[in-house]
Amino acid sequence: MGPSILSLIYLIGSVTFILGLKMLSKPDTARKGNLIAAAGMFLAIFGTIFLYKSDGQYLHNYSWIFAGLLIGTIVGVLAAKKVKMTAMPEMVSMFNGMGGACAALISVVEFNHLVTLDPDIFLKLIPPVEKLHGVLQSVLEGDKNRLVNDMVSNMLGDARGQLLIILLGMIIGAVSFAGSVIAWGKLNGSIRDFSFKGQHVVNLLVMAAILVGAVVLMVSTGTKLEAMVAAPADTPVSWTTIHLIFYTILLLSIVYGVLFVLPIGGADMPVVISLLNSFTGVAAACGGFLYNNPVMLTGGILVGSAGTILTILMCKAMNRSLKNVLIGSFGGGQAAAAAG
Amino acid sequence: MDNILSFLHQHIELIYIIILSVFLGVEVISRVPAVLHTPLMSGANAIHGVVIIGAIIVMGKAEQDNYLALILGFLAVILGTINVVGGFVVTDRMLEMFKGKKKQ
Repeated sequence: MGPSILSLIYLIGSVTFILGLKMLSKPDTARKGNLIAAAGMFLAIFGTIFLYKSDGQYLHNYSWIFAGLLIGTIVGVLAAKKVKMTAMPEMVSMFNGMGGACAALISVVEFNHLVTLDPDIFLKLIPPVEKLHGVLQSVLEGDKNRLVNDMVSNMLGDARGQLLIILLGMIIGAVSFAGSVIAWGKLNGSIRDFSFKGQHVVNLLVMAAILVGAVVLMVSTGTKLEAMVAAPADTPVSWTTIHLIFYTILLLSIVYGVLFVLPIGGADMPVVISLLNSFTGVAAACGGFLYNNPVMLTGGILVGSAGTILTILMCKAMNRSLKNVLIGSFGGGQAAAAAG
Repeated sequence: MDNILSFLHQHIELIYIIILSVFLGVEVISRVPAVLHTPLMSGANAIHGVVIIGAIIVMGKAEQDNYLALILGFLAVILGTINVVGGFVVTDRMLEMFKGKKKQ
């Protein structure tokens, strides 16, 4: 009964997010829209805590969860209430960074969960298949090995897909986190504009390194899992290199986030924050895909697409194009560097 | 290749949701007045805080002796909660300000 109530709650949550965004875009209803989305979020959070089942079991560690929620609520309310009206955009940037960091952390935990897969899990698959095979034998003239192979290849496909989503969530979340912190620092004046000659080349290189790292990680994890399946007992379970690659990608993503925002001028910061906001939306949606969780998925993707459009609208309102804001600044930085 | 195709096939419903949500997101806010840009950004910021649900699941699944998952999950819950709660409260304050302006 719990899970079916939870799926209804998630449906309600998704609808409140859509309604909330819709109402937020009209002056008369904006405040109510915000409250409606907040109510939906509240429902979704508490529904998850009490009704979510994983592998047929309810969640545990309630004391940790509630302690985290309590600390987060106190800090969030205090920060939001104390902040001066003029400092609100930078506060939003900080909150956005925290969401990004949250998504990245989830990815890190899930990655560790994935690569500490017990090799025996593949051996454990065999008995149920044997049993099923016995039952089906009279009906089906299939061979057992094919059944086992199918199940194993399904699991492998799943593991690969999960890894891809984990990586995406981590990279986007980390870029968003680092970028938001820099944007926050720039708006409150603690970080100055900083650019050097050839910065866009460095940025491209860092991005290329992230992509290469991701591909290497996907391939090497895939071959490792396959080796594990082929000979579960005698594969030495050493994931050190794979861990190393994963954390290097995390580090590079943070570096990229910093490099991405550093050269952009302070006046363009709201546009950048809006862009990073939609990044975090996508990172949240990756989490939704990973957990098969519709409310995270719709919430994240909605913010991702609405945020992107909003970013473009904000640029238009400032009579600039997004390309101008993002790339023009590099040109400006270069010109300044050349002049200096 | 087979792996990828079967993965996509297994998750085809989620992929539908993603694509429809992309269009919905664009439609829903395409006619927003410029004064509401910042509050809308802030509201959207609070909504993507829904990532907190992932953090809760991580935390709630973690075994008692898996300290890495417990510590990172705990941090993620705190950060996500700040995102959600702070986001909604800041948005409400911004919009309250608009209301005040209107009355004057």
